[in-house]
Amino acid sequence: MCLAIPGQIVELFDDDHHYAMVDVSGVRRKINIGLLKNEGIRLGDWVLIHVGFAMSKISEEQANEQLRLLRMLGESDEAMQEVMGYRFDEHGKEG
Amino acid sequence: MTMKYVDEFRDSELILKTSEEIRRLVDPNYHYRIMEVCGGHTFSIFRFGLQNLLPENIELVHGPGCPVCVLPMGRMDDGLSIARQSDVIFTAFGDVMRVPGRLGTPLELRAKGADIRMIYSPLDALKIAIDHPDRKVVLFAIGFETTAPSTALTLLRARELNVPNFFVFSNHVLILPAIRAILDSPDMRIDGFIGPGHCSAVIGARPYEFIAKNYGKPVVISGFEPLDLLQSILMLVKQMREGRSEVENQYSRVVPSDGNISALKAMNEVFEVRPFFEWRGLGFISQSALKLRPEFSRWDAEVHFQVEGVRVTDPKAAQCGEVLKGVLKPHQCKLFGKECTPEHPVGALMVSSEGACAAYYHHVHLRQAVGE
Ligand code: SF4
Repeated sequence: MCLAIPGQIVELFDDDHHYAMVDVSGVRRKINIGLLKNEGIRLGDWVLIHVGFAMSKISEEQANEQLRLLRMLGESDEAMQEVMGYRFDEHGKEG
Repeated sequence: MTMKYVDEFRDSELILKTSEEIRRLVDPNYHYRIMEVCGGHTFSIFRFGLQNLLPENIELVHGPGCPVCVLPMGRMDDGLSIARQSDVIFTAFGDVMRVPGRLGTPLELRAKGADIRMIYSPLDALKIAIDHPDRKVVLFAIGFETTAPSTALTLLRARELNVPNFFVFSNHVLILPAIRAILDSPDMRIDGFIGPGHCSAVIGARPYEFIAKNYGKPVVISGFEPLDLLQSILMLVKQMREGRSEVENQYSRVVPSDGNISALKAMNEVFEVRPFFEWRGLGFISQSALKLRPEFSRWDAEVHFQVEGVRVTDPKAAQCGEVLKGVLKPHQCKLFGKECTPEHPVGALMVSSEGACAAYYHHVHLRQAVGE
């Protein structure tokens, strides 16, 4: 439950500062970016995702390390399931 | 056997080197007890068989950092008493769904007709509330500082969108009071701590300083890869050898020393510290958990549903408390692998993959499967 999932920011919504589209190993989902308000999020940034929220910015290299860790732990399927499980898109747009 | 594990690692050479360095630096006449506080670390340690890469006299003690494991059964029952009401949709993370209460698990209650849904994000619960304005949607919120900011932001969003039928049942707990309770407990002898990785990404490295300064115990905040953990253990051993006790940050690529300011702010806006909270195995710990501030009481499930606060003692033969305190190893519990398995957990430590008993159980079976 406390392992974090790495993803890359692929879309920022102008009208909505709360959310961004993230790509996790090819799957796209909306996540909340409110916890990184101070850090500032840019297109192409890599983040660690925990329960639907971006919790820290990381480098691409760290993202790859984290993905490898999930694979080694046998947790990558569960991580993908979790990301695909995010249903909270308030506007009903499918990610 | 050691090599068999090591070969799978990308950095196998570095790992062997680190392991040898640890061996070289330890005092062979001393028995070291190092606690990994975080359940994610417990999971990694078992999964990678790290104990096999350490000298015999370094013992890893599994700490209280699995939020599901430290939740007393009474809180589960309080939650389920809400879930049983017909106008309620009860939402919880997957781990929580299999935690036994006195009258069964959330999954079992769902089979009996309660509307209980598994979610992956607190925002999912809010969305369900928006979609079902005629029902009361309750989020069973759980987790340390890693998760609490996400609950906080979800509540702030609920206020912004003015969602009246969304309620949070907060079981959020704080890591530092738990460590303090362990340090103050008389049957405890820990020489150093592996600090949690992602919880510290929120609170930072600084808040651990009292452990080093006031209790004279070194702390190293660690990542989750085998090499991360071994390096952290090496850093702890070095500190002890040199008679230092400091807070060091092995995971500085993710953990800033001041933490995540926005996350701390959101947490502080929404939550206040409870005067005390009961932890499974550790008893009542003062100022160790979070509840909603009065300004948010219209979203507070404890206020709205007038939760009665039941207290349930664990099944007699279960030794979850001793395992949580690091006094017993999981397999030393009388129920381990017999009455209590991941399929039929008696205690919560057997539920979450981050619980010491489940991690140990899977590890033992994994090794049996490869014929060791
Ligand atoms: S084996 Fe089961 S009952 Fe025993 S300590 Fe572990 S979770 Fe508790």
